[in-house]
Parts: sequence; C-alpha cells; structure tokens
Amino acid sequence: MTVLLVALGAAVGAPLRYLVDRAVQARHDAVFPWGTLTVNVAGSFVLGLLTGGALAGAVPGSVTALLGTGFCGALTTYSTFGYETLKLVESGAFGQAFANVAVSVATGVAAAAAGYALAQPSFG
Amino acid sequence: MRRQWDVLAVISAGGVLGALARHAVSRAVPASPTGFPWGIFAVNATGCLLIGVLMALVAHVWPGRRLLRPFLGTGVLGGYTTFSAYTVDIVRLADAGAVAVAAAYLVGTLLVALPAVYGGMVVTRWLVRR
Repeated sequence: MTVLLVALGAAVGAPLRYLVDRAVQARHDAVFPWGTLTVNVAGSFVLGLLTGGALAGAVPGSVTALLGTGFCGALTTYSTFGYETLKLVESGAFGQAFANVAVSVATGVAAAAAGYALAQPSFG
Repeated sequence: MRRQWDVLAVISAGGVLGALARHAVSRAVPASPTGFPWGIFAVNATGCLLIGVLMALVAHVWPGRRLLRPFLGTGVLGGYTTFSAYTVDIVRLADAGAVAVAAAYLVGTLLVALPAVYGGMVVTRWLVRR
C-alpha cells in the first residue's frame, strides 16, 4: 500500500517539476537555474510541513508516503541541481555556480524550517 | 504543449521508478532521529554520479533520442534524488540537538554529490572516446 502511494505521488511530482521548470525558465533569458530552485524550495517547505505535522501526530503515515516520499521527493531533485551547477562551472560562470549552491541550500533549509515550525502545535 | 504528452508520460513513469528505488534504499537504511542520514546521502550521491554518466552518453553516444533524457534524466534520476528530504533532514537533526550531524550532512552531501556529477561525466567521456 505504501509503495502504491509513493508511486502515485511521484507520478504527479516528477512531471510537475518539468512543467514548473519550463514555465519559470521561459520567463527570463538568464542561464541561472531558477526553475529547479523554485521546485526545490517549494518542495522543502511542503515536506517540512508534513514532517513537522507527522512528529506532532497530525499527519498519518499514508499522507507522508503519498505527499512526502512520493510527491515532494519527485518534485525536488538533487541530480538536476548538481548538473546545472556543473554546467555553470563549465561555462566559466563560477559566481553563478556558487550562488546557485548557496541560495538553493540557504533558502531550501529556511523553507523546510518554516514548514516544520508552522506544523508544530505551539505555532498552530 | 499538445505534442508534449509523450514527454510528460515518460517523465512520470521514470519518476515513479526513481522514487520507488529511493523508497527501497531509505527502507533498507532507515534514518534515526540524531544519526547521519546515510540512505538519502547515498541516493543523492549515486544519482548525481549517474546524471553525469547519462549526460555524457546523451551527448556522445545517443544524440537525437528525444525521450531518452526526459525518461532517464528528468524522470528516473529526478525522481530518485531529492532535495526536500535533504533540507528537511538538516532541520530535523538540528531540532533534535544533533547540530554537528546536521552540518556534516549539509556540507558532506555537497562535497560528494557535486563532484560526483563531474566525475561521472568525465570518466564516461573518456571511456567513450577510447
């Protein structure tokens, strides 16, 4: 059952990542990978909410499997983040490569922490 | 957009395969409340190595196959690797008081996964050109 929920969440999360990336990248001419940054930060926030909620006993395991492991796991990506960073390095855009890593990690962790804190009972 | 349904379908199918593989790894190597998340660490490191291999193969061995990169790259490896579990585990570990583990995980994943993309690509390019 858990496996089915993970598969279902991923079946939606992965193509949504592609569509969001296309939509975001179409809005500017820069090479900076804003699209992947967008899905990674959004997915971090949602998984933070789910994880905080699960620790507080408010989110059942089936929801975590569907929306956490499946949807958020497939919506976000480390391999594309790594590949796009490498492409910036290879094109000589060292500043942008460093900025991509720093901004992705900083805003991703901040979004995860915000979701996690919001879901704690003391905040809700 | 209309002709993209096949692309979306292979990304979705690949994403399912990748996510199930990640799920299997995190079940085999479960995360503890204050321990280093070795399961997702291994997933992101191997996924980064494989995208380097894939991109070199797409460029030098299999050019012009329209659905290959969407299926294996965006789908399978995108669904296999994850950024959200990485950031949330950092927060979870720090919240549990394991700040040093959280910091080691944050930096350690970057130091292994990012060079892995480069390593996978360079070694594959070298093998292909021999």
